[in-house]
Amino acid sequence: MKNQFSKSVMALLVSLLLPLAVLLLTLKVAAHKGTPDVVDVKLKAEHISSVDHSQFEILQQDFETPHDVTAACLSCHTGRDEEIMATAHWKWEREEEIPGRGVVSVGKKNLLNNFCTGANGNNGSCMRCHIGLGWKDKSFDFADNRNIDCLVCHDQTDTYFKQKGQGGMPATAETANSAYQVPDYPYVAQNVGLPKKNNCGICHFYGGGGNNVKHGDLEEALLSCTKEVDVHMAMDGPDMACIDCHTTERHNIMGKLYSVSSANTNRIHCDQCHTTTPHNDKVLDNHFEKVACQTCHIPIYAKANATKLYWDWSSAGLTDDHGNGYSEDDADGNHNYLSIKGNFVWDDHVKPEYYWFNGTVDHYLSSDTITEVPVKINSLFGAYRDSTAKIWPVKVHRGKQIYDTGNNTLISLKLWAAEKGEGAFWKDFDWDTAARLGMEYNNRPYSGNYDFIASEVYWPINHMVSPKEETLSCTECHSRDGRLAQLNDFYLPGRDYNKSVDYAGFGLIFMTLIGIVAHFFGRLVAYFKNR
Amino acid sequence: MEKVKIYSRFERFWHWTQMMLILLLIITGFEIHGTFEAFGFETSVRLHSAAGWAFLILTIFAIFWMLVTGQSRQFVPVRNNIKSQIMYYISGIFKKEPHPVKKTADSKLNPLQRIIYFGLIILVFPVQLITGFSYLFFHYPDKPFAFEGLEAIAVLHTLGAFLLVAFVLAHLYLITTGHTITSNLQAMITGYEELDEETETATN
Repeated sequence: MKNQFSKSVMALLVSLLLPLAVLLLTLKVAAHKGTPDVVDVKLKAEHISSVDHSQFEILQQDFETPHDVTAACLSCHTGRDEEIMATAHWKWEREEEIPGRGVVSVGKKNLLNNFCTGANGNNGSCMRCHIGLGWKDKSFDFADNRNIDCLVCHDQTDTYFKQKGQGGMPATAETANSAYQVPDYPYVAQNVGLPKKNNCGICHFYGGGGNNVKHGDLEEALLSCTKEVDVHMAMDGPDMACIDCHTTERHNIMGKLYSVSSANTNRIHCDQCHTTTPHNDKVLDNHFEKVACQTCHIPIYAKANATKLYWDWSSAGLTDDHGNGYSEDDADGNHNYLSIKGNFVWDDHVKPEYYWFNGTVDHYLSSDTITEVPVKINSLFGAYRDSTAKIWPVKVHRGKQIYDTGNNTLISLKLWAAEKGEGAFWKDFDWDTAARLGMEYNNRPYSGNYDFIASEVYWPINHMVSPKEETLSCTECHSRDGRLAQLNDFYLPGRDYNKSVDYAGFGLIFMTLIGIVAHFFGRLVAYFKNR
Repeated sequence: MEKVKIYSRFERFWHWTQMMLILLLIITGFEIHGTFEAFGFETSVRLHSAAGWAFLILTIFAIFWMLVTGQSRQFVPVRNNIKSQIMYYISGIFKKEPHPVKKTADSKLNPLQRIIYFGLIILVFPVQLITGFSYLFFHYPDKPFAFEGLEAIAVLHTLGAFLLVAFVLAHLYLITTGHTITSNLQAMITGYEELDEETETATN
């Protein structure tokens, strides 16, 4: 009896309790999840200026021109002019190597795009975002350090603005109007400091002719946003400024935009602050090898205001009964037609598209001819097999733009002029003249024949990082029709499977079940027959 | 008929632990495969990895046990009686004929079981372990050495999983074909099974 009891206890132990203990231990191990490290960085906002600029006599004069302010700055800040004049902010181009094409000089100065097609030749309007003073035409002197506009980046008073249509000059006594007054130079100059968000944003938010037109992830809402829009720049968060990440040494600002640059240099990475194992959890940290942080942490962009996703130039130029341009709005109040620009599609809360990207980019250069449709304004290099490539979220801006059917090239347009009659499309609505003058200014041949062609440009998304609760969950990608459905040069667990193996496998299971049922039925019949 | 001890304590512990782990691996594995939803993808990934480690450790103990006790010979296929065992399952069992091969403590598995279990131990388990741990450590090409990505590994691992599911189903059914419907199950729980006297031999 006692023997029987101990056998039962032993059976319970080895057949149930110990296996259960192993199972529970397994569950316990599986439940372990690391806690992310806390990031501790010193923000630029905590920087205390070592001098009080209002005490300097040289800044207490009545400046005649902004050039005089620059000269005053440089009289103390010696050598800074050379730093500035070496940057892409000044030159609007950089020498960069495009893989497979050698070293080229690319930048806003010479590249085409599928928004307003190109800056060069539309200087009055476009060069308002140049850090110089008055790049109105080819006569602008890039060697003259007095042409540097120190204030546009260093103004802390929010009273210094470049005037519309003046190629980067603030209002002067002659040009001042109700919207743009002559700046109070002593006041502005005595209150300079490190660039704030709006110093950068005045250009980087409004590229393409309006707020958030181009980037989709950089816009004025970031000046005062919640954590839902951007965890870094949030007012209810660390309220970081651009230069907290875009760290700057001697005016060389880290980070760059791949619509106008090519090489994998001078970039900013999240791991500068967050390390390469930020989750402190192996399953998640393993993704770092092949997935950019942005991919999971920016599930949607254009979270506050809409961004332009499609721009069809071919419908531009319609006028009302009086020969004037007009506009139409979509249901959200965004333009969906402008006579000067054509049709648009805007959207907010946009899911990015996903591509492999290794930090190098090719461009449609102004010397290129069109080889594929849609024309790739830029294309991101990268593939699964490329060990330096990661999956990135990308805003793809598609459109239809004018091209030269004779030379098979994209056309640089003359869009802007101060007055009617100068041949600018936005004033005169004449495609042929605008194309001829634009190409002429850019020293490119124009055959006289034009049509419109589909094009796309790829903008990797970097801003509008979401709170961790809103990051992508696994099955956003690891599922049959997830976000990476189009990115299929590799095997992704949860998405991919071998069709033959799955059919064979489920077939085998099915056949086994049929066999079991048939056999069991046979045994039942035999059982009743033999009884 | 005499109650004979045929499954040692370790064998039973091994069997039932393995059962729980394989069940967990199948559920979580097929969720990762995208076949159905169970615990949630992330939980399943974590469970599958942990269960994989537990299975590896258990397998090391089992190999150790087999080598030390010599019980590995139980799983070596034999030539005799394969046909009569097949005939038993497709006809004899319906005519209440006796099992063609006597079950003894020294020879617990019939010729067909030997083949199937040998296949599991020599082929399916090693393939699942090797592909499974490759899956864990070599996700990406070029890290730590050039590897043609995950596809071959994942497809092999899936194939092994299907074979295991089919085995589990067949196994669950075939354990009812013992002396009585539950005699095999009872033996695996208690270690003892009623066997014919003549077959009784010394057990370890």
